[in-house]
Amino acid sequence: MTALLEVEDLRVAYGKIEAVKGISFTVEAGQAVTLIGTNGAGKTTTLRTLSGLLKPLAGKITFDGEPLGGVPAHKIVERGLAHSPEGRRLFPRLTIAENLQLGAFLRKDTAGIDADIHRVYDLFPILGERRKQASGTLSGGEQQMLAMGRALMSRPKLLMLDEPSMGLSPIMMQKIMETIRELRSQGTTILLVEQNAQAALSLADQGHVMEIGRIVLSGSGYRLLHDESVRKAYLGED
Amino acid sequence: MNELPQQLANGLILGAMYGLIAIGYTMVYGIVQLINFAHGEIFMVGGFGALSVYLALPSGTSLTLALPVMLLGGIAVSVLVGVAAERFAYRPLRGAPRLAPLITAIGLSIALQQAIWKWYPDGKQARVFPQFKGRALDILGATVQRGDLFVLIAAPLCMLALGFFVSKTRSGRAMQATAQDPDTARLMGINTDRIIVLAFAIGAAFAGVAAVAYGLRTGEVQFRMGFIMGLKAFTAAVLGGIGNIYGAMLGGLVLGVAEALATAYVENIPGMQQFGGGAWKDVWAFVLLILVLLLRPQGLLGERVADRA
Ligand SMILES: Nc1ncnc2c1ncn2[C@@H]1O[C@H](COP(=O)(O)OP(=O)(O)O)[C@@H](O)[C@H]1O
Ligand SMILES: [Mg+2]
Repeated sequence: MTALLEVEDLRVAYGKIEAVKGISFTVEAGQAVTLIGTNGAGKTTTLRTLSGLLKPLAGKITFDGEPLGGVPAHKIVERGLAHSPEGRRLFPRLTIAENLQLGAFLRKDTAGIDADIHRVYDLFPILGERRKQASGTLSGGEQQMLAMGRALMSRPKLLMLDEPSMGLSPIMMQKIMETIRELRSQGTTILLVEQNAQAALSLADQGHVMEIGRIVLSGSGYRLLHDESVRKAYLGED
Repeated sequence: MNELPQQLANGLILGAMYGLIAIGYTMVYGIVQLINFAHGEIFMVGGFGALSVYLALPSGTSLTLALPVMLLGGIAVSVLVGVAAERFAYRPLRGAPRLAPLITAIGLSIALQQAIWKWYPDGKQARVFPQFKGRALDILGATVQRGDLFVLIAAPLCMLALGFFVSKTRSGRAMQATAQDPDTARLMGINTDRIIVLAFAIGAAFAGVAAVAYGLRTGEVQFRMGFIMGLKAFTAAVLGGIGNIYGAMLGGLVLGVAEALATAYVENIPGMQQFGGGAWKDVWAFVLLILVLLLRPQGLLGERVADRA
């Protein structure tokens, strides 16, 4: 059986500076896979390349059995790959409801869209209460909920989350991580990028540690969580 | 006779034209942060498009019957030129330093002016634009020429239609999303290239409407008319808050009224006699712009830059 997402020897550069220097990994359907690593390791670059916002220098990306090379960004979500970007990137002057509608931009099933919007409101009741509010006025945690909800609105086969816990209070972070765990247990396939290695590894099936453009260590979430070098470098132990 | 209603009417008629043209600057800037300085010429060619349609109709066709077709012709020519400018002049320069599209715009302006000058029959001179016959109307104490009714009706209708499009339709929503965050809009599945073309097309269509209004008001079209009208409309767009469609129309109206009032009344201010009359109206328009930029840099309805993206 082939994986849902296969990345082979992917290289991405900004001008002359290579930010991703040949990485390979796979994501199986139903799995949660995490990329961890310090700031500047190339995690965001990797996700932005997968969703077509950046053009790779070399390498092969296969999603659901089809190559993604050369597919423009706006056609990638159509294939079932949703991306909740770093920094949330909501449409600040549009309301919560409008942001969610945009997440379903390519869908035509109005009834299904409405049902899914209510599912997001069930997941995050605060969003339902404030549906008419401009998203730019929400708190960081609420914005993150909306960014995740918006990505779910396309009914993706693979949900990519870039640093969902960034800048959140510990309580809010816990809430977001719980939600990711819940989505995963409902069968959503997830590719999670995090600097919070502890939280990410404890919910992931597979983890990959990135350092300056390369994957330096891979293993099950459990194994990496208990790996001595990972504990030293990323979990703040010595 | 009380002059104020008359000056207000003159200002609103002129301002509505500025506002219609300003929409094109503001929409394109709102989406791609590009100032399309060829937009004045996109307005100008619309005037010639409308005139050409009129000349092609059997002579003696009443202007009332001809006007809808002329309007379509003017809009079609403006949209064609606007969309071609996007596709062939600006799109290849996306991501280039900001100076490149600016220089391209100036080149495009000159090329369009020269094309009319050289190739339009008698294009070196002002061409007579058809006029409505019949006496002027008296509206609330102001004398309004029949031809000026056109812009007074067209401008609000255009704004209503645009407001509906932007806030209520799927493409309009996609346009707002693209203006606020183009990369993320693409992640939603929005073809942002298509949205950019749409912004150019809508702006050009409004310029085409304004060109017909201009022809009806002044009785002529000529190859240079896009320069000063474009500059004023750009001023209006900045005045209203660039990127904001309602701001563009408001900026146009404020600018038009300010010009009319300055033309009529500045000479009555003691010590300012020499600055009165029509000769100084452009100066007052730009003085207003500078004042707004000093006191409220984001424009009347603009959002602070930090709110974008
Ligand atoms: N737009 C950009 N232009 C140039 N270099 C960039 C850009 N974005 C990121 N980089 C560089 O690419 C490297 C990887 O960055 P990034 O993918 O954002 O890392 P991470 O998400 O792991 O923190 C860094 O060295 C960063 O400075
Ligand atoms: Mg990052």
